[in-house]
Amino acid sequence: MMASRPDPEILVSIRNLTFSRGERKIFDDVDLDIRRGKITAIMGPSGTGKTTLLKLIGGQLRPERGVIVFDGKNVHALGLRELYALRRRMGMLFQTGALLTDLNVFENVAFPIREHTRLPEAMVRTLVLMKLQAVGLRGARDLMPGQLSGGMARRVALARAIALDPTMIMYDEPFTGQDPISLGVLVKLIRDLNRSLGLTSVLVSHDVHETISIADYVYLISEGKVVGQGTPEDMDHSASGYVGQFIHGLADGPVPFHYPTGVDYATDLFGDALAQAGKGTAS
Amino acid sequence: MSLLRNLGIWVLSGLQKLGRANLFLFHVVAGFPGLLLRFRLLIAQMYALGVLSILLIGVSGLFVGMVLGLQGYNVLTDFDAEQTLGVLVAASLVRELGPVVTALLFAGRAGSALTAEIGLMKATEQLSGMEMMAVDPFKRVVAPRFLAGLLSMPLLAALFSMVGVMGGYFVGVGLLGVDEGAFWGQMEAKIDFEEDIVNGVIKSVVFGLIVTWIAVFEGYDAIPTAEGVSRATTRSVVYSAFAVLGSDFVLTALMLRGDS
Repeated sequence: MMASRPDPEILVSIRNLTFSRGERKIFDDVDLDIRRGKITAIMGPSGTGKTTLLKLIGGQLRPERGVIVFDGKNVHALGLRELYALRRRMGMLFQTGALLTDLNVFENVAFPIREHTRLPEAMVRTLVLMKLQAVGLRGARDLMPGQLSGGMARRVALARAIALDPTMIMYDEPFTGQDPISLGVLVKLIRDLNRSLGLTSVLVSHDVHETISIADYVYLISEGKVVGQGTPEDMDHSASGYVGQFIHGLADGPVPFHYPTGVDYATDLFGDALAQAGKGTAS
Repeated sequence: MSLLRNLGIWVLSGLQKLGRANLFLFHVVAGFPGLLLRFRLLIAQMYALGVLSILLIGVSGLFVGMVLGLQGYNVLTDFDAEQTLGVLVAASLVRELGPVVTALLFAGRAGSALTAEIGLMKATEQLSGMEMMAVDPFKRVVAPRFLAGLLSMPLLAALFSMVGVMGGYFVGVGLLGVDEGAFWGQMEAKIDFEEDIVNGVIKSVVFGLIVTWIAVFEGYDAIPTAEGVSRATTRSVVYSAFAVLGSDFVLTALMLRGDS
């Protein structure tokens, strides 16, 4: 198998990944590498299954074909116990934060620590406050998730994701629906945490500007295929029409502005007879 | 032809769901041993499902018992048999109304809440998030709720029957003037521990299993959207009602056959 070739630089290697939902192919023979210590961005239009990719890496979904290897272990060949052990080394930040609504901020961050360790209460408290301090929310420890703004909820979720000091952290659309200030905070946090904790980050997003500004390497996925990859500079000057359209946010290009229809505009508006008449006079 | 096809689809998807529900139950039961370590979770759920249902169950039991007292007295006086009112009230409650009405109320009060809670946790990715934190949602979320429902139901049914008998007593003895000694004495003589009380308890345990199982499964199996959760909640109550009444018939038939 190709994936068994060990490369110490690469933490997650994905080979020949194919996955479908019903009739629709979400991924069709996709190859991806996630390098240690780097921020790898996976971009693509909405509905390309970027979240699905994270769930595949985390072992929550099973690929139809292909291998996903995390640090030398084939994720989908593991037993449940080993898979759970592996997941402790991955943090995941969900789009909604996925905070437990019946626990306050402090207890949410303490949750994975309490579930997986038998540390004394004083130690749990120290750890939680350190993690909350890292995301700037030490003062919000007594709030309930319902009282947090979207950006704060994501920061709490981030503190929770790093609570067990994972090797890798996966961000699912961290920038969606944020005001400029919390956007700036999140961008800074993702970059700083990656550096200071020596994390490997996978960032799934379609917010081009923010993503490009912090990513070390970018994959662009569309219609189940990797349509472009490279460093942010490569992507910026890509010769591919599609990459250019996506990165610069152009309304028309290889992806047409109009959703495809079988009928031309005049026929659709006026019916056959009038369209024919129109053509008659025009010719 | 398409009618036949739709029937086939309906039956197959129904069987599939039943299979999923059974696998689900195995998963949940496998999570029970872990509850010894998380006893506080169980206590919290017992409070939410059991203790908070006490008022509803108590008040309903009181009124049902009072109505039984009125109706029973009305019929029994025609035969000059109003002294047996205590037997009638107690037997109806312990054998049938206690377990059945409690199960229906429990499905409406606690079952629907369970379904909605678990469904919403799924819709807001809380369950998925737990899985990614390497915490099994079956052990952490589903098992304590399931066991709490299972333990609460028989206790609530017993409470319902007890309060109902008191209601029958207030109306029969207090308002309508049935002899107090006859009311209790006849009841004590005629109500059999095994045939009436034990059978009633068996029913309430079975109904507790059915209602809680349906409730947590529907929540876990819900389509994770607002509409999906609302439909799952409705289904949870409707299916519980059907399953409770249907299994009541089967259980009653089995129990009465043992009598003769």
